[in-house]
Amino acid sequence: MTDARHDKLGWYRRMLEIRLFEEKVQELFMEGKVAGSTHLCQGQEAVSVGAMAALREDDCLTVTYRGHGQALARGVTMEACFAELMGRATGCCNGVGGSMHFTDVSKGLLGAFAIVGGGLPIAVGAAHAARLQGTDRVALTFMGDGSTNIGTFHESLNMAATWKVPVVFIVENNLYGEYTPMRDTTPIDDIADRAKGYGIPGVIVDGQDVDAVHEAVAAAVARARAGEGPSLLEMKTYRYRGHSRTDPARYRPEGELERWKQRDPLDLLAAKLDGFDDEARQALQREVQAEVDETAARAAEAPYPTLEETRAYVYAG
Amino acid sequence: MSTLAETATITYRQAVNAALADELAADERVMMMGEDVASAGGVFKTNEGLPERFPGRIVNTPICENTFVGVAAGMAVAGMRPIVEIMFSDFLPTAADAIVEELPRLRFMSGGQCSVPVTIRSMGGSAGGFGTQHSATGESWYMGLPGLLVATAGTPAGIYGVLRAAVQREDPVLVIEHKSLYMRKGDVVTGEAGIAEIGKASVEREGADVTIVATLLMVDRALAAAEQLAGEGIDVEVVDLRWLRPLDTETVLASVAKTGRLVVAEEQVHPGGWGATVISQVAMAAVPLKAAPRAVSMPDDLHVAYAPPLEQAIVPSVETIAQAVREAVKG
Repeated sequence: MTDARHDKLGWYRRMLEIRLFEEKVQELFMEGKVAGSTHLCQGQEAVSVGAMAALREDDCLTVTYRGHGQALARGVTMEACFAELMGRATGCCNGVGGSMHFTDVSKGLLGAFAIVGGGLPIAVGAAHAARLQGTDRVALTFMGDGSTNIGTFHESLNMAATWKVPVVFIVENNLYGEYTPMRDTTPIDDIADRAKGYGIPGVIVDGQDVDAVHEAVAAAVARARAGEGPSLLEMKTYRYRGHSRTDPARYRPEGELERWKQRDPLDLLAAKLDGFDDEARQALQREVQAEVDETAARAAEAPYPTLEETRAYVYAG
Repeated sequence: MSTLAETATITYRQAVNAALADELAADERVMMMGEDVASAGGVFKTNEGLPERFPGRIVNTPICENTFVGVAAGMAVAGMRPIVEIMFSDFLPTAADAIVEELPRLRFMSGGQCSVPVTIRSMGGSAGGFGTQHSATGESWYMGLPGLLVATAGTPAGIYGVLRAAVQREDPVLVIEHKSLYMRKGDVVTGEAGIAEIGKASVEREGADVTIVATLLMVDRALAAAEQLAGEGIDVEVVDLRWLRPLDTETVLASVAKTGRLVVAEEQVHPGGWGATVISQVAMAAVPLKAAPRAVSMPDDLHVAYAPPLEQAIVPSVETIAQAVREAVKG
């Protein structure tokens, strides 16, 4: 097996982990083990996995409340993610953050933001700091299509372009901002066009194809690392579920989901892998499913955090 | 380098400048950014000489408060110590997402994985005809946020001290300066000895009969009122509250326990402000009072207006404060 073949299988496995993790989250939610709300990313796994494969360990990123996939792809452990969702002290935010705030600073995941557009300035700042500190580290910042209508999007692109900040803006255009189709809120079809207003590259990417995602992000990261400034990448993708767990997504036209599923990111990658037949896929599926089930059960055994522990997170001193 | 204690009679503006220079000199992770901060010394000339002395560390931003405060938060998480300037406190609400949702909450939401040492300097208060959208102090708008410290100062020594303390703190701190005080002179101890204690109010004048708790320009006016009242035989204690979070309840309670009378003087409306919080602390502590507490504040049915007589009528004056003290003494 060549390294490339091995990497791609690794990518497939990681996308499958995200897919089955999210399915399990839904299940745990229905069982009452996960509180509040969840924003799942099934259908968008290629964006997370392809993008992370283009980063170095010392790079960093910010993500959104739909950020489970990016956290897992960046290497936050599945147990820390499940534990966080169940509010346990062993969670990636010690149980304080929950579904919408997956953070692991040790892995460069600086934060997941539940305010639309909130993470963009943070990523620009982290990337700017990296340059001031004399490093060639870069930052990615993920956002949905809905974020591109809020002020911080435009302000962040403007500042990053003016200062040539080593940051890559990645839009996951899944066609809906919460419950509303993009055509009702946005006067253009391609968000990548907005890059022109800031004098930076704007690239449309097939977000279902992990290779295309990887290639585009790697090119933008290389550009940023070389000191040539930011890029805007628009990943054309689709979320299989509604906006959040209470949303059955009845606003979608009939057949739309099925059409997107014909270009499922896992299927597309599997078809490119030599010798990765149905049997091998099913075997891997069973293996990952068992891992997901066992990890979720183990995570549920951890204790809840205490108020005393939590108070220490307010002030650093 | 003014690391050794020196005392000088300087203006509030010079005190700001000295505090910034001392922090920039002390720690190369400190940098300043904001609108026009590197141009001609900044809009209020507080930054004069800094861009020349610290090349590349005083940086002009586009006009986008919410994003440049958020960028500062990201820089802080990544190991820098930014000082951001909000040219007028009236622009603080433009940055509300960064100030409310990001700065005080990033550390918390992550379970303590990061710290966010950002200092926001904001220039507030009435200054003679700046009108409705350039005259707010904004001091109480963000005092209800665990994780964000809020400081003010009514004297040159105070602003030097709180600014240096703010920049050295590992948490975000909002520091409000007052535009009408920049020319005010006072004795300032610079260097380490001049750094203020976080959460500590300053008793600017001792007195036995009435406690005035004030901030910013109202400290100045309370001191003037106290001078006047001394001639009438009323001995006034003036407390510059300085920190709205954490609030120095101890100093306030001790003063009120001594005098038995409390007047709060604030350049804002009373509801939702620190004055109401101070009165509630005194009430909850059941400090025996000789008279009901008085609140001197802006009228609750108006905004700051442009015409000079209107502005003078709306912003509490020396005389308004003095009158409240007289009423408190009458009981």
